Amino acid sequence: MPETSENVLEVKNLKTYFFTDDGDELRAVDGVTFSVKRSGILAVVGESGCGKSVTAYSVLRLIQKPGKIVDGQILLRTTDGKIIDIAELDEKSDELFHVRGGLVSMIFQEPMTALSPVHSIGNQICEAILLHQDVDKSQAEKIAIGILEKVGIPGAAGRMKQYPHEFSGGMRQRVVIAMALACKPQLLIADEPTTALDVTLQAQVLRIIKDLQAELGTSVLFITHDLAVVAQMADEVAVMYLGRIVEHSDVRSVLKNPRHPYTRALLKSLPGMSEGSERLPSIEGSVPSLMEIPDGCPFHPRCPHAESGLCDVGGPPSLQKIADGHYVACVRVEEIKAL
Amino acid sequence: MIATEPLLSVRNLRKFFPVYSKGFFQRRVGYVKAVDDVSFDLMPGETLGLVGESGCGKTTTGRTILRALGPTGGNIMFRANGETVDLATIPGRHLKALRPKMQMIFQDPFSSLNPRMTIGQIVGEPLVIHKMAKGRELKKRVVEMLIKVGLKPEHAVRYPHAFSGGQRQRAGIARSLIMHPSLIIADEAVSALDVSVQAQIINLMEDLQKEFRLTYIFIAHDLSVVKHICDRVAVMYAGKIVELAETGTLFKDPKHPYTKALLSAVPSPDPDVKMIFELTGEVADPGNLPPGCAFNPRCPYVRDRCRQEMPSLREIEPGRWVNCHFDEELES
Ligand SMILES: Nc1ncnc2c1ncn2[C@@H]1O[C@H](COP(=O)(O)OP(=O)(O)OP(=O)(O)O)[C@@H](O)[C@H]1O
Ligand SMILES: Nc1ncnc2c1ncn2[C@@H]1O[C@H](COP(=O)(O)OP(=O)(O)OP(=O)(O)O)[C@@H](O)[C@H]1O
Ligand code: SF4
Ligand SMILES: [Mg+2]
Ligand SMILES: [Mg+2]
Repeated sequence: MPETSENVLEVKNLKTYFFTDDGDELRAVDGVTFSVKRSGILAVVGESGCGKSVTAYSVLRLIQKPGKIVDGQILLRTTDGKIIDIAELDEKSDELFHVRGGLVSMIFQEPMTALSPVHSIGNQICEAILLHQDVDKSQAEKIAIGILEKVGIPGAAGRMKQYPHEFSGGMRQRVVIAMALACKPQLLIADEPTTALDVTLQAQVLRIIKDLQAELGTSVLFITHDLAVVAQMADEVAVMYLGRIVEHSDVRSVLKNPRHPYTRALLKSLPGMSEGSERLPSIEGSVPSLMEIPDGCPFHPRCPHAESGLCDVGGPPSLQKIADGHYVACVRVEEIKAL
Repeated sequence: MIATEPLLSVRNLRKFFPVYSKGFFQRRVGYVKAVDDVSFDLMPGETLGLVGESGCGKTTTGRTILRALGPTGGNIMFRANGETVDLATIPGRHLKALRPKMQMIFQDPFSSLNPRMTIGQIVGEPLVIHKMAKGRELKKRVVEMLIKVGLKPEHAVRYPHAFSGGQRQRAGIARSLIMHPSLIIADEAVSALDVSVQAQIINLMEDLQKEFRLTYIFIAHDLSVVKHICDRVAVMYAGKIVELAETGTLFKDPKHPYTKALLSAVPSPDPDVKMIFELTGEVADPGNLPPGCAFNPRCPYVRDRCRQEMPSLREIEPGRWVNCHFDEELES
């Protein structure tokens, strides 16, 4: 993909592996390349376990032992034109602190990853604000109440002294969203931010993220498995399978004219608001374990179009350009066009 | 068992959480009415959906029915081994014997799995606790269950942190199903799963339901999933059921203004169909509800009566319940 100055984030050939005690090497993310445009929203979708969260954690260097980023670049371009390779930063450097604390913020898939069970909700948000904004304690408290209200926590002022266990699942998730927004980041990484929310709150949170994008030019790396949310939010979509991107294009092409058999199968398994009670189509089999990644195309054991001697040999197919801005990693992409 | 007898009859269920003041002398200053006067019947083999705004009391309803929380009031009549017992008042030692019959699949797979146990230990633990299997038999049943939910035998020896969110959710499902319970409360059980795995798990839950005549309460935000799997749906708002109907009827012709708003917020998977949803106003605060109908500050159809008088759940047609003063007058 072309390197342009409008990209806030360029991830190149990222490889993040986990090393087990038995000496196995689990290639959770294996050569992923993508970029996020300034003020753009890139959605990353794909089956559970395909490496979406590991990719997100890698961008913030949050991978812990036995995991390690073994290769690749993570280039962050700040508004003042500086380029930081996050992959190269020292663990304890001020720069990395700055990246995590202000430039990039993350909404975690599991709200309890970001919340401490022993501190009140109010204290935790205020702490995040005090860390990144030059305000005093009482101002921080006001700001905190303001964002809690914005993300739809009812009676926000009265809830500041409550603890996470006194909040419902969706309320916890909204607190985490509030904390991420408090930092006014240039890049927001949102890992399944609305999975725990009902559709009305989901609509509200999606609106907040869009507003943030419009007001501050925030770019968003949006991880989700909800294709309807993708349709409503994303400019571009990257589809992952077994640690690799298998299709990448603008949202309309991916959802309306998917070309990779995996993307097509994903779209088919949507329950759909109109259908009756027949069995849901799902993709045959399950994602192989990372310990036994198939030869050739990693999707071939489950692919209805797999051809032996072609799809099951050699290394994994690489992304090919099949149309302007549309990339697909499938060796049969031209032949199965008409299907 | 006679099919016409409900497996579960919930009557006037209440769960209030006390709210205390700040400071050294903590006084009780009010209640969060998380569940307030909830009643419904559940037939064996049926799937009832429970939907509604985040914080409206779905999880609390589920946990109170299973007596993970003590109810503030009401009855929970549960049929087990040919007799009906009230879970709300049953003594603790009897409750323990009934636990294997009712299981919950959780919303947050991260905090519900003990990080210090292997997946195999987690899935097999209920069998160990209730002394229903050990040794080779235990191992065999764990592996069978893992395979049933789409995990692999070798996963048994790994720890939860090495699993993705979806994989952990599968482990949670395996753990709940291993005791072959009769009632399962699935709290956002498939929310963390991508569509394809979600489809597999839903199909699996439907297969197991047929095989073991399981009864489900299915709590979910994804209305397309609810529409697919549920026979009937209860819509909750601020601790109360505001509408209860057969799934097809509810989706085709929602009566309660909140149900209408909820259905309009479902995003379309077509990027050219933009969401036009607009439900204004603040999310309901079950600790501080307005007088009258709890939905009145946000309801587009609100009238004076709604601000003064609390509506109650009425059966407007056989099997169709609505909690609104003016449901007949609202255009469909
Ligand atoms: N600490 C770890 N040790 C070993 N393997 C790990 C570890 N963390 C993640 N993995 C593996 O890396 C792979 C990718 O996991 P990841 O959490 O990125 O999936 P995901 O795409 O976010 O899935 P989901 O949609 O379920 O959240 C999984 O197969 C997982 O088992
Ligand atoms: N242990 C507790 N102490 C005090 N309040 C609580 C407790 N558990 C829940 N609540 C409150 O009860 C209300 C209902 O919470 P519940 O978790 O049942 O909501 P929910 O409908 O499951 O929401 P979600 O969709 O977000 O999971 C919320 O206002 C919540 O803050
Ligand atoms: S390369 Fe072959 S196996 Fe892989 S997606 Fe294409 S057709 Fe299917
Ligand atoms: Mg994830
Ligand atoms: Mg809940």
